Amino acid sequence: MSDANINEIRRLITRHKRWDKLFALIGLLAMLVGVATLAVLFIDLLIDGAPRISWDFFTSFPSRHPGSAGILSAFVGTCLVMLVTALTAVPLGVAAAVYLEEYAPRNWVTDLIEINVTNLAGVPSIVYGLLALGLFVYALGFGQSILSAGLTLALLILPMVIVATRESIRSVPGAIREAAYAVGATKWQTVSDHVLPYSTGGILTGVIIGLARAIGETAPVITIGALTFIAFLPPAPIKAEAPFVSADWLFAPFTVMPIQMFNWLSRPEEAFQINAAAAGVILIVMTLAMNAFAIWLRYRFRKRIKW
Amino acid sequence: MSTPSIQVPASGDTARRFTPNRWRHVHERVIESLLFLAALSSVMITVAIVVMLVYESLGFFKHVSVWDFLTDTQWTPLFSDKHYGVLPLVSGTLVTSGVALAVAVPLGTIIAIYLSEFAPHKVRETMKPALELLAGVPTIVYGYFALLFVTPILQKIFPGLPGFNMLSAGIVMGVMIIPYVSSVSEDAMHAVPMHIREGSYAMGATRFQTAIRVVTPAAASGIIAAYILGISRAVGETMVVAVAAGMQPNLTWNPAEPAATITAYIVQVSLGDLPHGSLEYQSIFAVGLVLIIMTLIFNVLGHWLRRRYREAY
Amino acid sequence: MLEVPKASLSARTPHTGPETTRLKAEVRQLNFYYSGGVHALKDINLTLAEHQVTALIGPSGCGKSTFLRCFNRMHDLYPNNKYVGEIVMHPDNTNILGPKVDPIEVRMRISMVFQKPNPFPKSIYENVAYGLRVRGMRRRSQLDDKVEQALRGAALWEEVKDRLNDLAFNLSGGQQQRLCIARALATDPEILLFDEPTSALDPIATASIEELIHELKEKVTILIVTHNMQQAARVSDYTAFMHLGELVEFGDTDQIFTNPRQKRTEDYITGRYG
Repeated sequence: MSDANINEIRRLITRHKRWDKLFALIGLLAMLVGVATLAVLFIDLLIDGAPRISWDFFTSFPSRHPGSAGILSAFVGTCLVMLVTALTAVPLGVAAAVYLEEYAPRNWVTDLIEINVTNLAGVPSIVYGLLALGLFVYALGFGQSILSAGLTLALLILPMVIVATRESIRSVPGAIREAAYAVGATKWQTVSDHVLPYSTGGILTGVIIGLARAIGETAPVITIGALTFIAFLPPAPIKAEAPFVSADWLFAPFTVMPIQMFNWLSRPEEAFQINAAAAGVILIVMTLAMNAFAIWLRYRFRKRIKW
Repeated sequence: MSTPSIQVPASGDTARRFTPNRWRHVHERVIESLLFLAALSSVMITVAIVVMLVYESLGFFKHVSVWDFLTDTQWTPLFSDKHYGVLPLVSGTLVTSGVALAVAVPLGTIIAIYLSEFAPHKVRETMKPALELLAGVPTIVYGYFALLFVTPILQKIFPGLPGFNMLSAGIVMGVMIIPYVSSVSEDAMHAVPMHIREGSYAMGATRFQTAIRVVTPAAASGIIAAYILGISRAVGETMVVAVAAGMQPNLTWNPAEPAATITAYIVQVSLGDLPHGSLEYQSIFAVGLVLIIMTLIFNVLGHWLRRRYREAY
Repeated sequence: MLEVPKASLSARTPHTGPETTRLKAEVRQLNFYYSGGVHALKDINLTLAEHQVTALIGPSGCGKSTFLRCFNRMHDLYPNNKYVGEIVMHPDNTNILGPKVDPIEVRMRISMVFQKPNPFPKSIYENVAYGLRVRGMRRRSQLDDKVEQALRGAALWEEVKDRLNDLAFNLSGGQQQRLCIARALATDPEILLFDEPTSALDPIATASIEELIHELKEKVTILIVTHNMQQAARVSDYTAFMHLGELVEFGDTDQIFTNPRQKRTEDYITGRYG
């Protein structure tokens, strides 16, 4: 190979490598757009809303006067709705995942179920709201209540719970199952005594991430008719008189944090928008905290169980 | 050598000790059935969605002809002069989604290529979760950001931009969708086996040439799946557009105007009084049906495209 | 009569007079360390004669693939590998392991055919044209010519000339490997490296590739790693036997197989281990 050829090759390579450097730069810039947006968004919210956050803000009801408005009813509503969501999605999702992983034969029914789970993950959240409106609110008569909202959001996060649980169950080695069968355990005993307990970490992680998503969901809850101005709390579950426990709170009107934020955002007065920012800060903090907690949980469980 | 004698227990003994416990058997079957029902719920949910949308839409189409629905250029069901043409809502959905994808697809793909082929290991480990955070922010917060931060900035760049506009909503939606596109694409690229890359490097290709000419085409199927995911997410998004693009139906392809999407209309109606069985009530199901059909079309298109570019290594 | 100086275990290969065939490359005191410090190649000295086939044989794990991949700097793709020593290309006397030498430059002069055929997910035409496009060749007529030339050189042209736009994956294993050879040939490399090219193929495909190698050596210098001794005996002019990272013996193929000088070589060849 002559010198001239080699020099030509070297020139070619130098030219081509410029593209390498250029693209690396473009890639970094693109990532920067994403990360910077996140930072700017958060800082903007903090600047606008943080000063407004106070104990009063937490413990007041919304009001026509922005200065005295607070998120008490929205916060309590969110917590109660999340409770219903968790209590519905976890048993349903875990049961479905257990069936798919441990019991389901390879036939068209199983395929149909799996296709549906994948499909449902892609359905727009507002469609769940429409379903809930027709089914829970009217057909089943639950009304525009915490129960309906909780069930709606449970359906929304169901695919997430199922997928997380399946992955968790899958990571339990077959050897453990075989050991259980070998001492005469039935399938269900194997699952409930061995597989599920060892999968708890992954399941919890998936559930918490799902709940973090559900907390921020506005559209389906608006659709089922959560009112935006609620200046009272749902009736307490514990009552002073017999029968001492009441389920009235399930059927009470309510609101949730993202709707409260939306309501304040829709008002023209700047003071209300500051309230919205404050609510937004609290929402983000809750979401981030839940996600961080879920990741920490996953880390802790991975450390404890070493297959 | 005497054969070892094996004690065979009298049949009565065996029968009593190894007879299956009837109750346990039934118990197992019951549990399996319950678990099956739980799994079947996913099918039932899909069926319920379809039934609900179709049922109410049928009620809607008793009062409004399908032809009018599909061709009328005005959507004014809440005014006194009622028109029920869905085109303005569809145009609102398509324009906002279009703007969002114009942001998310290039940025998401570039980020995916960069993270998969260029970034050092540590950068990839920190940036992937950082970008996923974008998807974790509640959409109402993005709505706030679009309305009160992005729009004023855009108004300085484009004087005369209305307070509600599709551009601002679309851009913010686009950034929100980036992780959907980048994460799935990056997984697809990362899964391309090393020996294909080695084949390219062995030919004297640079990192950029290998990434663009070999790895990206090899991952085409997964990248298409990522794009479809992004499209579905954009079309179904509600709060960002409801807050920042306004809720006035407007048949236009100009993103600098306000408009309502299908999802924003549903929210608008749900905020008011919604007598069960009224035409307004049924209308949200009718447009919801349109939304589902749009999503279905994109998914089928994506599925077909994926099969054409199926990875075959 | 060809006379290539025989390498000894530790001495540098001496060059002798005008009767010697030309050298394409010289390996001088090559040592290689994988990341983590594993000393995979120890003091290797070797010469590659131009337009001849040199085979590398040895038991699994002896380092022959590692050695092969030094020639086209494949190890640079993975972090923390270290080369110590030189591989000098002739006639320009460049040490291709030099820190200032760009691995891409090396790979443009030295091509490789891998053990498992790895065509790109592209058409047959585009697979062969890839190396040319990477070098900036764009004119369709030029590309057409070089692609045909390469496919003929790989004895594949007749079988694929009517379906150049078919996906490469639709070819059989043997055809895919010949496609990879065509791809490697299209850029007129000076040295062609073969890493166990027939271990994934059936006997008929193997035979066709061995025949191909025989024809190719008129145009390129070939270095082939093979775990199949009979293949080395059939195909190569010179053979190097490696064991545990060292070059045990190097010389004329006939001499190595009929009259090996080292006991280890003899043990391997007679099948006492392998």
